[in-house]
Amino acid sequence: MPAMAEIRNYTINFGPQHPAAHGVLRLVLELDGEVIVRADPHIGLLHRGTEKLAETRTWLQTLPYLDRLDYVSMMCNEHAYCLAVERLLGAEVPLRAQYIRVMMDEVTRILNHLLNIGTHALDIGAMTMVLYTFREREDLMDVYEAVSGARLHAAYYRPGGVYRDLPDRMPQYVQNKFKNAETVKRLNEARQGSLLDFIEDFTNRFPAYVDEYETLLTDNRIWKQRTVGVGVVSPERALALGFTGPMLRGSGVEWDLRKKQPYEVYDRMEFDVPVGVNGDCYDRYLVRIEEMRQANRIVKQCIDWLRMNPGPVITDNHKVAPPPREKMKAGMEELIHHFKLFTEGMHVPPGEAYAAIEHPKGEFGVYAISDGGNKPYRIKLRSPGFPHLAATDEMAKGHMIADATAIIGTIDLVLGDTDR
Amino acid sequence: MMELLQAIEQMGQSLLGVAWVPVWTLVKIVAIVAPLMIGIAYLTLAERKVIGYMQVRIGPNRVGYYGLLQPLADGIKLMFKEIIIPTGSNRFLFVVAPVLALMPALAAWAVVPFADGMVLANVNAGLLYILAMTSLGVYGIIIAGWASNSKYAFLGAMRSAAQIVSYEIAMGFALVCVLMAAQSMNLGDIVHGQQGKAGLFGWYFIPLFPMFLVYLIAGVAETNRAPFDMAEGESEIVAGFHVEYSGMAFALFFLAEYANMILIAALTSIMFLGGWLPPFDVAPFNWLPGLFWMLAKMSFVLFLFLWFRATFPRYRYDQLMRLGWKVFIPLTLIWVVVVGAWMQTRFWLW
Repeated sequence: MPAMAEIRNYTINFGPQHPAAHGVLRLVLELDGEVIVRADPHIGLLHRGTEKLAETRTWLQTLPYLDRLDYVSMMCNEHAYCLAVERLLGAEVPLRAQYIRVMMDEVTRILNHLLNIGTHALDIGAMTMVLYTFREREDLMDVYEAVSGARLHAAYYRPGGVYRDLPDRMPQYVQNKFKNAETVKRLNEARQGSLLDFIEDFTNRFPAYVDEYETLLTDNRIWKQRTVGVGVVSPERALALGFTGPMLRGSGVEWDLRKKQPYEVYDRMEFDVPVGVNGDCYDRYLVRIEEMRQANRIVKQCIDWLRMNPGPVITDNHKVAPPPREKMKAGMEELIHHFKLFTEGMHVPPGEAYAAIEHPKGEFGVYAISDGGNKPYRIKLRSPGFPHLAATDEMAKGHMIADATAIIGTIDLVLGDTDR
Repeated sequence: MMELLQAIEQMGQSLLGVAWVPVWTLVKIVAIVAPLMIGIAYLTLAERKVIGYMQVRIGPNRVGYYGLLQPLADGIKLMFKEIIIPTGSNRFLFVVAPVLALMPALAAWAVVPFADGMVLANVNAGLLYILAMTSLGVYGIIIAGWASNSKYAFLGAMRSAAQIVSYEIAMGFALVCVLMAAQSMNLGDIVHGQQGKAGLFGWYFIPLFPMFLVYLIAGVAETNRAPFDMAEGESEIVAGFHVEYSGMAFALFFLAEYANMILIAALTSIMFLGGWLPPFDVAPFNWLPGLFWMLAKMSFVLFLFLWFRATFPRYRYDQLMRLGWKVFIPLTLIWVVVVGAWMQTRFWLW
C-alpha cells in the first residue's frame, strides 16, 4: 500500500517583521487553511533588562528607563514608579503636583487610546483612522514637549512631585520656507496663552474629533463584521487570565483602580467607568472610545483646579528633591543637599512597596525592594500587556488569520513593556 | 478630422498595399495603450493626492510642480531596481506571472469604445470578450503566488482564486441584465441603446440600479482593491501574492491592477452610465465631444474606487465569500427575472 501523504498544518511566522505585529512580536500561527489552530506568541525580542539595570542605578536614574517600557504611555509608567518610591520614602506630594500628575496621566490615556484605535483600525484596513488620530496625538505631544522638553520620553515625574510647574506660555511656530504667514497664524492660534489654555482648547475640540472617529467606525458594517464576536473573553476567563484595564472592562467586569483604590486625587474627580457586555473586540473598542471621552472630562476638571490653585509642585524634603537653584547658589545647606542628591542620590529606607496605577492598558505595577541604599535592591514591573498577550492563543483559536490582526490590535500591545 | 483620417488611410493603402492593415492596427493599438499607460501613471498620483487630502495631508508635492513628475520618478526607480528571483521559486512561472497579469488587462481594451465609432475592434460579442479577458487576469495572480514558493504569497493566491470565482458569477449576471436591456453584446450598441430624449434618465443605471451597484462592487473585488484587497492584505499576509516580487516585475502587477481599475471604470460608464453620451442632449452639454463625457464618467468611477479605499476597513475572507454567494448571486438571479418580466410589459421605457 502506498504511503499516504502526511497532512500537516501550515505554520507561518506572524512577525517579528510584519506590518501588523506592533513592534517585534513574533507570533507563530499554526493554520488549518485560513483558520488558526494554535497561536504561539514569542516574546523577548525587545528585552532590555530594565529590572536588572535598575539595580545598578540610583533611584532617580532609573526613572527615565520607565518611559521606555510602554513607549506610548510614558508618564503613566513613571507615575507607578514614583508612587512606589514615595511609599517607601513616606514622602508627601504637594496637592498641585498630584493634580498635574492626574492631568498628565489622562492626557497620556488619550494619547495611548488614540494610538490604539488608530492602529487597530489600520490593521483591519481602515487606514484613514490612523492619520486622524495622529493629528490629535500631535497636539498632545506638544503638551508633553511643553512640560518636559521631550515629545516621548518625558521623565517629568519625580519621586515627591513633578520636575517643574506647567509653563506659562506655549512655544510658537515661526514662518519659514514651508509654512507661510497664514499657516503659522492658524497653528499659533491656540498657543497664545499658557499650557493650560492650550490643553483647554484641545479638550473643547476633542469630543468632536471622537465623534468623527465614531462616524468612521462605530456603525460601519465592515468594522462591526470584523470586530463583533472576535476574540471573545468571558468575565470569568478574563479574571482568571489576569486581564486588567479595558481588556477586563470590555468583558463586563467593572474594575478600575482609579475608582477602587484611588490614588493621587482621583477620588475628587468626577468620571464614569465604561464597561462592555460581550467581551469582544468591538466592546473593547467602545470602552476605549468612551474612556477617551471620560479622560477628557478629568483633564477639564484638573485644568479648572490648576488655574485656581498655584503652589509648589515638588516636595520640600531636600533629601528627596533638589532645592531650588537660586537657594543652592546662596546657601551652604542647600548646596550640600544638591551635591549629595546628584552624586550619591537619595537613600530610601529599607522595605518593600507595591504601587499600581490604572495605566491606559491595565494595571501597571512597580514592586520595589530597598535595602536602605541609594539603589533599589530589586524592582519588579508588572506590565499589563504580558497577561493579555499570553491569552492570544485562547482568543485567536478557531478564528481566521485576518482576525489575528484584530486580536493583536485589541490587546493594545506594546512590546516595550511586555518584554521589559 | 474624419477627412484627415480617410486621407491618411488612402495614402497608406496606396503606399503599402496589403501590409497597410497590420501597420494601421498597430498605430491604433499604440494610440490606445500609450495614453492608457500615462493614465495609469497619473492614476497612482491621483490616488495618492485624493487619499492624501482625505487624510488631512497633501500627498506627493516635491517632484515637479504639485508632485506632477512623481509617477515618472517612481517608474524610473522601479526600472533600475534588481528583480530578485527567490531560490526556491519556479523561475519560469515566476517571470511569466506578471506578464500574464498585465496582458489581459491591456487586451480587454480592444473592444472598448471611447466615443461613437472610436474603437479598435468593433466586435459583436464584445461583452463576452470582456468577461473572458477580465477572468484571465487572475491566472497571473495565482501563478505568482504559487511560483514564489512563499507561504504568504500562497495564501494570497488562494484567496484571490476563491474571490474571483465567486465574484465572476455575480458580475456575469449583472452583465446579462445589461445584455437583455440593450439586446446586444456589442459595447457600442449598448451605448446606443441608452441614447434617447430622456438624457441621463435613459441610462441603464436607473432600471438596473441593483445591478449597477453589484457590478461596481464586484468590480472593486475583481481588481483586488480595498475593501476587498485580501489578496494583498498588507496587515495580514504582508503583500500577498506579490510579496516576493521586486523592481519591474512588481511594477507590472501594479500596472495590471491600475489598468484593471481603469477598465472597470470604462465598462461601468459604458454599460450603466451611457458611455460617451452627454447627460442631456441639449446645448451646452452636446458641445463637448463624446470622449470628454466618457473620460468624465470614468474619472467619477475611479474617484469612487479611491474614496472606498480611504473609508472602509477590509473584509475578511469568509465575509467576502458570504457577500458574494449569499447576497449578490441571489440578488442578480432575481433581477434577471425581474428585468425579463419587466421588459414584456409596457412600463419598460428603455
